[in-house]
Amino acid sequence: MSLLRIAALIRRYYYLYRTSWPRVLELVYWPVMNLLLWGFITMYLGRLSPVLPRVIPIFLGALILWDVLFRSQIGVTMAFLEEVWSRNLASLFVSPLSVLEFVLGQVSVGLLRSLISTVVIAVLAALLYAFDVFDMGLPLLAFFGNLLVMGAAVGMFVCGLVLRFGQGAEGLAWAVIFAFMPISAVYYPVDVLPGWLQWIALATPSANVFEGMRAVLLEGRFDMALFLRAVGLNAAYLVIGAGYFFWMFRSARERGLILQMGE
Amino acid sequence: MAETAPVLEVEGLCKTYDQLEAVKGLSFSLSRGEIFGLIGANGAGKTTTIAMILGLVTPSSGTIRIFGQDPERSRGQVLSRMNFSSPYVDLPARLTVTQNLLVYAQLYGVKNARQRVAEILEQLEVTDQNRQRFGQLSSGQRTRVALAKSLINDPELLLLDEPTVSLDPDIAERVRTWLDEYRKRTGATLLITSHNMTEVERICDRVLILKGGERFAEGTPSALLERFGRDTLEQVFLDIARSEEEAAS
Repeated sequence: MSLLRIAALIRRYYYLYRTSWPRVLELVYWPVMNLLLWGFITMYLGRLSPVLPRVIPIFLGALILWDVLFRSQIGVTMAFLEEVWSRNLASLFVSPLSVLEFVLGQVSVGLLRSLISTVVIAVLAALLYAFDVFDMGLPLLAFFGNLLVMGAAVGMFVCGLVLRFGQGAEGLAWAVIFAFMPISAVYYPVDVLPGWLQWIALATPSANVFEGMRAVLLEGRFDMALFLRAVGLNAAYLVIGAGYFFWMFRSARERGLILQMGE
Repeated sequence: MAETAPVLEVEGLCKTYDQLEAVKGLSFSLSRGEIFGLIGANGAGKTTTIAMILGLVTPSSGTIRIFGQDPERSRGQVLSRMNFSSPYVDLPARLTVTQNLLVYAQLYGVKNARQRVAEILEQLEVTDQNRQRFGQLSSGQRTRVALAKSLINDPELLLLDEPTVSLDPDIAERVRTWLDEYRKRTGATLLITSHNMTEVERICDRVLILKGGERFAEGTPSALLERFGRDTLEQVFLDIARSEEEAAS
């Protein structure tokens, strides 16, 4: 494996974003809009009831962490789609770049995109609502890392779907992660869900992360069991996401689809 | 490995997509410093053959050896010594010419990349476009930049799909001359597909004619003209294409 080749892919995206303000704007536009909307709603609710101000950090923390997951997934998938749209896949795969290096390059780009949007909304949350996401301390890193990895795993799975079903599956790039939203218990605890759905929810790394976040913000404790469960589940998600992508890549080679992608 | 060993050996190569046999038991080999033409009508199996050599398509059966190695097992090593260009493959449209070439120089581990990029752009007469976005170039300029990408690592084996398509006759002739000089200067081996039979006659040492995914004929351009009793390869090509149409009807 060559770090230089992975860096070459990152360089390609640095060049792309440096000269494309719509792409840069897209990184922060929706997260900022969500932050403004939820921030003002929670401020208003806080005025109505003396109990509700405790909810504000939970909503804002959840919003910021959900965006980490979403940006990570969309970052990985968009990096892949950029290559499909520019009909560049074949040129990349006839270079010494391996499929693993390609995947790691995409994941790195996804992580960088996610980092940029997270920093922007974290700063805005601090300035506008006096909510400092870094007050969570080290557990924040644990939540952040887990959500990045889950986003990357789902992102790779979606790339596999595009390889399998062609560009008709592009819409899934934006849709798939939202299937996880209700069961990730982003804005409410898992025990709000019906019993049978709680089991499904706890089988996602994200639900364990958001439960962990609430434990930190409401009870001031870091739940190690939730963290370890999220890590274990993420390992499984990574195997499934990357495995599916590699399987579909192999199938695309057999069916001669790589040269045709983007046409 | 001995100098005389083939650069590329293809043995009994087959590719079947569902019921369609795109390539049927194709065998050929390329020596060092040779320019080899792969010609045939649309759907004859040229692109599939090249894609299998490049590892973009998995063969159904048969073997490929490049520089004496199995490209499936030594992928990185083999691909770093070869390159490819096709009008059907693009480069990122929003990146400038130089940015695109720098990215590929890094992927191929080219040393002194900026200098190499400047040299190659000058040789292909696209220096003036170096700051232009790839997507803003004319099709002829794009073809030359794609060719520049394919030469960035000084490949020992260069696979070119329609290298002069969409170039005006003057630039096309200059590119042909340049490719011939590149071969002489570096001893590189070139595999070219083209529908331009004059071009094939002009630069290829040996030609393989594909028909329906199979080898139809192989030899030097002059040997093929003699065998088919024609004055130009264009006439040979037309004879084959028409015989195929007649057989189909």
